[in-house]
Amino acid sequence: MIALVDVNNFYVSCQRVFEPALEGKPVVVLSNNDGCVVSRSAEVKALGINMAAPWFQLQALARQHGIIAYSSNYALYADMSNRVMRILAQFSAQQEVYSIDECFLDLAGQPAPLAALAQRIRRTVLQWTGLPVCVGIAQTKTLAKLANHLAKRHARYAGVCEWPALSAATRQQHLREEPVSEVWGIGRKLSRSLASEGIHTVFDLMHADPEGLRQRYGVVVQRTALELRGQRCHALDEAPADKQQILCSRSFGRPVLHAGELQEAVSIYTARAAEKLRQQASCAAAIGVFIRSSPHREREPLYAAQLFAPLPEPSDDTLTLTRQALQLLSQLYRPGPAYIKAGVMLTALQPASLQQPSLFPELADPQRRQALNATLDAINRRWGRGTLQPASCGKAQHWQMRRQSLSRSWTTRWQELPVAR
Amino acid sequence: MPPILLGPFAAASTPPARQFPLAGVRVPAGFPSPAEDWAEERVDLNRRYVPCPEATFLFTVGGDSMAGPDPQRCIPDGATLIVDRSRSAAHNDIVIAVIDGDFTVKRLYRRGQQLALLAENPAYPPIRLGDEQELVIWGVVTAWVVSAA
Repeated sequence: MIALVDVNNFYVSCQRVFEPALEGKPVVVLSNNDGCVVSRSAEVKALGINMAAPWFQLQALARQHGIIAYSSNYALYADMSNRVMRILAQFSAQQEVYSIDECFLDLAGQPAPLAALAQRIRRTVLQWTGLPVCVGIAQTKTLAKLANHLAKRHARYAGVCEWPALSAATRQQHLREEPVSEVWGIGRKLSRSLASEGIHTVFDLMHADPEGLRQRYGVVVQRTALELRGQRCHALDEAPADKQQILCSRSFGRPVLHAGELQEAVSIYTARAAEKLRQQASCAAAIGVFIRSSPHREREPLYAAQLFAPLPEPSDDTLTLTRQALQLLSQLYRPGPAYIKAGVMLTALQPASLQQPSLFPELADPQRRQALNATLDAINRRWGRGTLQPASCGKAQHWQMRRQSLSRSWTTRWQELPVAR
Repeated sequence: MPPILLGPFAAASTPPARQFPLAGVRVPAGFPSPAEDWAEERVDLNRRYVPCPEATFLFTVGGDSMAGPDPQRCIPDGATLIVDRSRSAAHNDIVIAVIDGDFTVKRLYRRGQQLALLAENPAYPPIRLGDEQELVIWGVVTAWVVSAA
């Protein structure tokens, strides 16, 4: 059996752990630049506010109901996620962390009843971290996802839905009630196509001819249908494969006109990407930079450009990568447009261990540079991101993401620990 | 900034700090180090004071409600609290509790039907909890750290 465990309203729940006064109040967490709603408390869902609703459209409703909004605090969410995932790892020999707030556990060999184990998982995560989770249990990943959805939706399941333990009649009812769009991997576009041939519910998809599905929609949809029948097509991927490319990009808090500010942004994104690169012990053989102007400014032409360049030798060195990125930026930059986004991509990645020493090395003393990068990473981990960075990252960073309602980073910064009186 | 007594605390994506034993140090040539057979792991504050890092959180004390006359129990303003949520609170434990949505650090008194939160500083009266007021224990304080300077 496979379990899917996921945290209810993850971002909002993280905020509530450290601000108990938020309990029972309508709370939302907003996306980058405080644009859209990305996490909603139950109270907010009850008001009919949808996921991804633009925040500026909700101002009247927010005032009327006293909705409390937070900017995304990724430092907090990442730490809480790591805690949850390590706790869950104790309950199974095999774990696949699927996203920041959900993971699959292989429950093979666990003594029955599994629902009791799932309740123990819920109690432990809640007590240790303060975060509520729901558990779906089934024969396949796709069914476990569906069961998790049911566990959340129906209060009678008390947070745990063990699919095979339900009566055949109950299972039938769920399958006929749930729209096909609730199935893992069936997006909006796909569900529209399916609907046009009469597949509206999970039941319909499950009983569609698998061979026909493969011919019309490809092998992925066929496997999804088979998984709904209890036939395992997706194994648990334990270690996430090393990323083939690392992208670090963000929209600015306000339009940026000057080359200097773009240089700061590109430097910061490069530093961040290089840190990720070293985390997975890879080197990049090529680097790309892109900049983009606002598509919403009528009188100004849209300008979007990107450029890739190979590195003289594969590298994971922040300073080497930064120099190359800034060089690319100087070729891309044109004065005039109001830029709203920039990004850096590291690509053609390879394991750092396979590095061949170059005959004419770029760096006089690569070992010293390696030590410098390790120190850089250690300092930024310990004292917070951006504590130590290349000078080209700038000091003021007026263009930075808008995060007006950012909570404290309760667990990752000494100065921001919660206070008890 | 005063020295921080606690070592690198298990943060975002880093595994808990581990000290490596002396063994395995490469010896240039000739005689092996006589210390090699006696290598042990260096003592680690995290190991001792944070047995369950997933459930451990740090708090800062604000105010002098726990600064009592008993030096063993005195927690001064500004001290760093190590709070373990995996422990269940028992009578006489120092706990982080939530009162009216705010965090407070107090000693838990639980005898029979009586439930109260006690300050170490006699200037603060006990907080008695009646039927209508719900007591939420957030975590159990297992240690506190005070900088010497």
